Amino acid sequence: MISEKVKNMAPSGIREFFDLVLEMKDVISLGVGEPDFVAPWRIREKAITCLEDGFTSYTSNRGLLRLRMEVSSFLKKKYGLNYRPESEILITVGVSQGLDLAVRAIVNPGDKIIIVRPCYVSYPAVVELAGGKSLFLDTKAEENFKINLSRLSSLLKQKPKAIILNYPCNPTGVSYTKRELAEIWKVLSRAGVIVISDEIYDQLSFDFPHTPFPALPLAKGKTVYLGGFSKNYAMTGFRVGYACADKKIIEAMTKIHSYVMLCAPIISQFAAVEALSNSRDVNYMFREYRRRRNFVVEGLNSLNLPTIVPQGAFYCFSSIAGARFKSSLEFAKALLFKEKVAVVPGSAFGDKYGKFVRISFAQDIGLLKEALSRIGRFVRSRL
Amino acid sequence: MDEILEILEKDARVSVKDMAKMLNKPEEEVEKTIKSYESKGVIVKYKAVLNKSLLEDRKSVLALIEVKVSPQKDAGFDAIAERIYKFEEVKDCYLVSGAYDLLVVVEGRDLNTVSDFVAEKLSPLSAVKGTITHFLLKKYKEDGVVLKRKSGAKRINITY
Ligand SMILES: Cc1ncc(COP(=O)(O)O)c(C=O)c1O
Repeated sequence: MISEKVKNMAPSGIREFFDLVLEMKDVISLGVGEPDFVAPWRIREKAITCLEDGFTSYTSNRGLLRLRMEVSSFLKKKYGLNYRPESEILITVGVSQGLDLAVRAIVNPGDKIIIVRPCYVSYPAVVELAGGKSLFLDTKAEENFKINLSRLSSLLKQKPKAIILNYPCNPTGVSYTKRELAEIWKVLSRAGVIVISDEIYDQLSFDFPHTPFPALPLAKGKTVYLGGFSKNYAMTGFRVGYACADKKIIEAMTKIHSYVMLCAPIISQFAAVEALSNSRDVNYMFREYRRRRNFVVEGLNSLNLPTIVPQGAFYCFSSIAGARFKSSLEFAKALLFKEKVAVVPGSAFGDKYGKFVRISFAQDIGLLKEALSRIGRFVRSRL
Repeated sequence: MDEILEILEKDARVSVKDMAKMLNKPEEEVEKTIKSYESKGVIVKYKAVLNKSLLEDRKSVLALIEVKVSPQKDAGFDAIAERIYKFEEVKDCYLVSGAYDLLVVVEGRDLNTVSDFVAEKLSPLSAVKGTITHFLLKKYKEDGVVLKRKSGAKRINITY
């Protein structure tokens, strides 16, 4: 009954593990890919007002012009980017949909797309569903999970149509400085590939200023820039984001969007306008995440779970190689049963990462502290 | 504002050791910084925020009192404010702009205790020209903390 494509998706072991976690009570969860903050009240209040005022309709396919204008001026002010609200910005149902639209808008059956792993789980699935073929660039812990340019170059020989980048990265927290990005762009621009850049964690760059990919010289025309509200403003449930790109690409994406989605929810679009109007709460959450990052990374490393310092986002990708488990799935299951702490097995993010787990620090610092002490007890019991 | 203050303002019980980890700074430095805030009076004291309405034994009432005063020569409002805030019944005392001058928060065992204080201690002061007492009926939020058990949506425990 079900299509072959769909049947073959998603690593099933992980699904089972997720179900286990969802059934269990009193778990300290470090397995969550969303902020522990609630959306700031000013944003929720805006959504309430919007309902009271009777805004319950569709918007234009591209999204409220008002929001596109706000996105445009936000990007201009923050990063010096110039995107025209009328033609180069599309409001999407989260970055998730922006990504799907971008891939579908550019992929012909059999086209290759480079995916840098470990990666956010939807990339391979989205490429697959669009009829594309994923070429995996697996980064290595000993290279701090950064893109290796010579391996990138050799993958480019297979003539991919595009590459999906994500920085700061879920699950590793890796990000790139302007200089590092320029090196990557030098290699990519020669190959003429389109860059789909998922920068949903852009405002959570802890150690250096974030550089959007389209801000690199001559990169804008070749980049689909994806940004969102889920992480920066703790608005995951609002389902709203934006895609910025060349007029032709946005037009193509809008075409698909107008048939399969019509528009992003109007309430969320108004809430997003409010979100962009003030950065106080973002700054507060940023500092809180950075403190947690420092705290957790120190803790994990001292527990002999080697963890590179995440430069952004809110995840640690820790090695469990020293803990004598067959796989990260076994590790995660045992940790869940023995100590009631949930983490995500690394294999979810690429088959080569069975010796890692993703530990989210989007959690209250008190709980993080307790979780670290439980993990410590667990790890020691295995030595 | 220094992040040390941001942390302590939210939770004064975070240890120096943990703060040092969070800020990636040596413990001695954190310790020293806190000490200097204490000695400068930036950090005034550490205390618990209580929701006394949940206490069975020791209930108390609070009143916000608007006080109109006549300022005094050379001392302005400060002298009369000091006269007032030195009473131990006074929890808070502010000089404000508008229709009255001092906003005084008074705590007492019951309504009578508070009204006795106003009638016998506050009003008789020669500089006090008038008072209006508002008894506090319910506290919703104090010092940035909502005084209500947390409710609302829970995150699911695991997602990508
Ligand atoms: C890298 C990355 N991209 C996209 C998303 C999805 O974002 P949105 O809520 O905007 O669809 C996530 C969420 O976890 C993510 O980590």
